Amino acid sequence: MSNTSIGSKLPELTLKPINRTTLALYAGASGDHNPIHIDIDFAKKAGMDDVFAHGMLSMAYLGRFLTNWQSQSKLRHFSNKFTAITNLHDVITCSGEVVAELEHNGEQCLKVAIQATKADGTPTLLGEAIVAL
Amino acid sequence: MLDKSKVGHQFGTFTTDVEKGRLAFFAKAIGETNPVYTDESAARDAGFARIPAPPTFAMALDMQAPEFLPVLDLLGMDIGRVLHGSQEFDYLGQIYAGDRITITSKIKDIFDKKGGALEFVVMENEYTNQDNDVVCRARQTLVYRNA
Repeated sequence: MSNTSIGSKLPELTLKPINRTTLALYAGASGDHNPIHIDIDFAKKAGMDDVFAHGMLSMAYLGRFLTNWQSQSKLRHFSNKFTAITNLHDVITCSGEVVAELEHNGEQCLKVAIQATKADGTPTLLGEAIVAL
Repeated sequence: MLDKSKVGHQFGTFTTDVEKGRLAFFAKAIGETNPVYTDESAARDAGFARIPAPPTFAMALDMQAPEFLPVLDLLGMDIGRVLHGSQEFDYLGQIYAGDRITITSKIKDIFDKKGGALEFVVMENEYTNQDNDVVCRARQTLVYRNA
């Protein structure tokens, strides 16, 4: 494993701006057909200005970011809070840092602090992953 | 207020197929271009038995339930007021293309904050493959806006 010492940063992943097609494709592929993400009429009735991104789309981006760093076969735990709504046109960047080495279910692992942020620095997802050494 | 007596409620268990074409569509939707996620031989070369489902795909399997988000109907929730608060996955194995996954889901907790302006529903799901191995556990918190 490379770049696994405590304090080392994971290679960042910056996504293309979120657009309506992104959300339509994710709705179809994920099976999450909640109209709040794809139907502006519905979103407005629910009190939103427009549709907004699925939280799980950004979590999937964080998943790409993690498995780009280490094989998914080493991923033991992956969690996050959704701390802000991701809107249309937002540019999301995934970043993270190795914060600890620990034993997880009898296996030596690394704990990684991960986040997704908007271009203005607002964190949208804050979480952690545990990856086997 | 959401009915807290539903804590412990177990939703109907169901079994669903992990289809290779759906995994390719999912990879496309999230911009995943690593061939491990779409190409059988690339997956094998990388040490996987078959094409792996990406880390968050388990939740896409939930959506294949006979009823879309059955928690909404059970608790009488309006989908327009539901937000996703948090999500956790623990991986005990790997979900692969071609697997048949059985999903159990239950309500672990219901609580409120800010004098009931926000309510929270915690759900736990377990994913078991055709060999009877539990491959993934997930925990999610839904946030319900009452204000």
